[in-house]
Amino acid sequence: MIPVEKKEIMYIDNIPVEIHGERNLLELIRKVGIILPTFCYHSELSIYGACRMCVVEDEKGRLEAACSTPPRAGMSIRTNTERLRHYRKVILELLLAHHCRDCTTCASNEKCKLQDLARTFHIAGVRFPNTAAKPKVDDSSLCIVMDHNKCILCGDCVRTCNEVQNVGAIDFAHRGSKMTISTAFNVPLAESPCVGCGQCVAACPTGALMVRNDVSKVSRAIANPDVTVSVQVAPAVRVGLGRSVGLKTGEEAMGKIVAALRRLGFDEVYDTSTGADLTVMEEADEFVQRLESGENLPMFTSCCPGWIQFAEKKYPEILPYISTCRSPMQMLAGVVKEQKKKTGKRHVHVGVMPCTAKKFEAARKEFRDEFGNPMTDYVLTTEELIRMIDEAGMVFSELEPEAVDSPLHEKSGAGVIFGVTGGVTEAVLRRISEDKTSSSLQRIAFSGVRGFEGLREATIMYKGREIRIAVVSGLANVSRLLEEWKAGFCKYDFVEVMACPGGCVLGGGQPFIHNEEKELRGKGLYKADKVCSIRRSEDNPLMQELYNGILKDKRHELLHVHYGEKAE
Amino acid sequence: MVDMERVESIVEEYGGESRQVIAILQAIQEEYHYLPREIFTYLSKRLGISEAQIYSVATFYENFSLEPKGKYVIKVCDGTACHVRKSIPILQRLREQLGLSEQKITTDDLLFTVETVSCLGACGLAPVIMVNDVVHPAMTPDGAVELLEELRAGEVAPL
Repeated sequence: MIPVEKKEIMYIDNIPVEIHGERNLLELIRKVGIILPTFCYHSELSIYGACRMCVVEDEKGRLEAACSTPPRAGMSIRTNTERLRHYRKVILELLLAHHCRDCTTCASNEKCKLQDLARTFHIAGVRFPNTAAKPKVDDSSLCIVMDHNKCILCGDCVRTCNEVQNVGAIDFAHRGSKMTISTAFNVPLAESPCVGCGQCVAACPTGALMVRNDVSKVSRAIANPDVTVSVQVAPAVRVGLGRSVGLKTGEEAMGKIVAALRRLGFDEVYDTSTGADLTVMEEADEFVQRLESGENLPMFTSCCPGWIQFAEKKYPEILPYISTCRSPMQMLAGVVKEQKKKTGKRHVHVGVMPCTAKKFEAARKEFRDEFGNPMTDYVLTTEELIRMIDEAGMVFSELEPEAVDSPLHEKSGAGVIFGVTGGVTEAVLRRISEDKTSSSLQRIAFSGVRGFEGLREATIMYKGREIRIAVVSGLANVSRLLEEWKAGFCKYDFVEVMACPGGCVLGGGQPFIHNEEKELRGKGLYKADKVCSIRRSEDNPLMQELYNGILKDKRHELLHVHYGEKAE
Repeated sequence: MVDMERVESIVEEYGGESRQVIAILQAIQEEYHYLPREIFTYLSKRLGISEAQIYSVATFYENFSLEPKGKYVIKVCDGTACHVRKSIPILQRLREQLGLSEQKITTDDLLFTVETVSCLGACGLAPVIMVNDVVHPAMTPDGAVELLEELRAGEVAPL
């Protein structure tokens, strides 16, 4: 006999709905196609139940927060009664009463959930005067600006920082009307354990956490006729613009970005993928050396500045295991600056990155030339680039694609996939694999390095030896792996680390997208890799040219770094 | 100076578990009369929770103090009964005498701390103040000043 599965049914606004193990009413309600307003609910975070915007009413008139109530068979709830609408409006009004209302000058204008819901619920005025104290804006960090005047205490940043990233830089402090989000002892963010990953900014529904804006510094450099301004664009940026500029989510747009940057007045435009090719060459060499000597294994990758800061602040004992390779941005910046040295003209180099932590990396002492000038003078995030494009009044989607400048114009597909979790590993494997056929490329792609889970494992044969690889993204996942390593259970030879879950494509500097779209950006990069005629970094003709030319005596100086020594 | 060995023995008493953080903080405060900053870093590493989270707990509860407290902690009751029987003038006089305020509650010589409490449960004796563990009933502003003199005198008495 075929067992009959008993269906569990509940009613949402009189619509019968089957329960399929949803964790809470909210999930089920959204499946029915009803958008309940929320501030503090994120499916990837723990449930907090603070904002009460998602309250629903049962048949007895009891109110429950949909985010923290599990669905039960036979339950009947309403999501849109007069009483609920009234409550939601009062909640919004009270939040607004305590909130800075300088919307027009707020960087989060039109991207703010509070503003959005106030509009949706037709809040026409706020009856209460704003009696909140005006705390100082914390702009100590090179990456993130924290403005308590715009905080609604939803706690999304706190839970992201703790649960997704295990950084724990911030938490709630004090209570009642004095409650704020704070670092321990309210020290400036720059002195806290913050690694600048920017995931809190992505989670913040208002403008309380923002990425530091460096647009005006770059604009000033461009406006100065005595300065040559060059710029490089990171792999993840080309798939990050999406709807903000009238494209599809994850659509590759490098050609248009190059055109836009030229129109904005940048003198030379390069692709960070070229720098990534250098990284692959160096990192693969270093890995093979370590494999042969058996020293300092596993080797951890070094491209991600959030990860580097995390290691420095939380796991300094891991530093000798991190590759000495500079990030692709710094490798390319070093090469560009070196080439320009002869010209004698002042030269400013800008990186357009998906990353907030790169702003910190650019300012590090390790990446300065002999005169103390930074290799990368400024870093703009994807969001800042969009702001510049908007300000210039460009219709981005109608721009004709252009190519990057020679002589640094060649890149490989391996350099392009650096922007997605698993991409660095795949690129290095393409380099060290002895089989150079296209079927080998396929084998590497399907070895387990691709995917979206926070920790993935792969094994690959190298010279008769089994190489064990871990690809990890999201610093909480990294922490788990490092704790195992500390306890002596690490079974890997190579570990790729990216601080942001999903890799750079979902970096803190990228426009925010919803969960269900997150894989599209990674797919966009894999597609861009496929159409590259050169797939392996060593096949990039530029590599030999650089190694025989500019890098001949400067390979170590321009391509490597020792983070552990920064104390001196 | 904070004796970290003593802190460690407190942590061990509570099994080194992060969920015991409130009890651990209480025991440490018992020892030092406040929560010294050094212990936050230590507890964070030891209990595996962030310093910000411990700070969150410590600032949530009124009972925890992040500032060193005086040798004599004077609690002026401002519950309903004490309030109507004029506890505020007592508080004001004490603050005046010691140069303290709502924000600055401890004297620089770390001798006195003046704070308010909502009820000491001795309403029949109102207005009441408490110095460390000793209750002083039916207090007046002048009486409070006298009490301060006595405490100060006691300080030099052993000479």
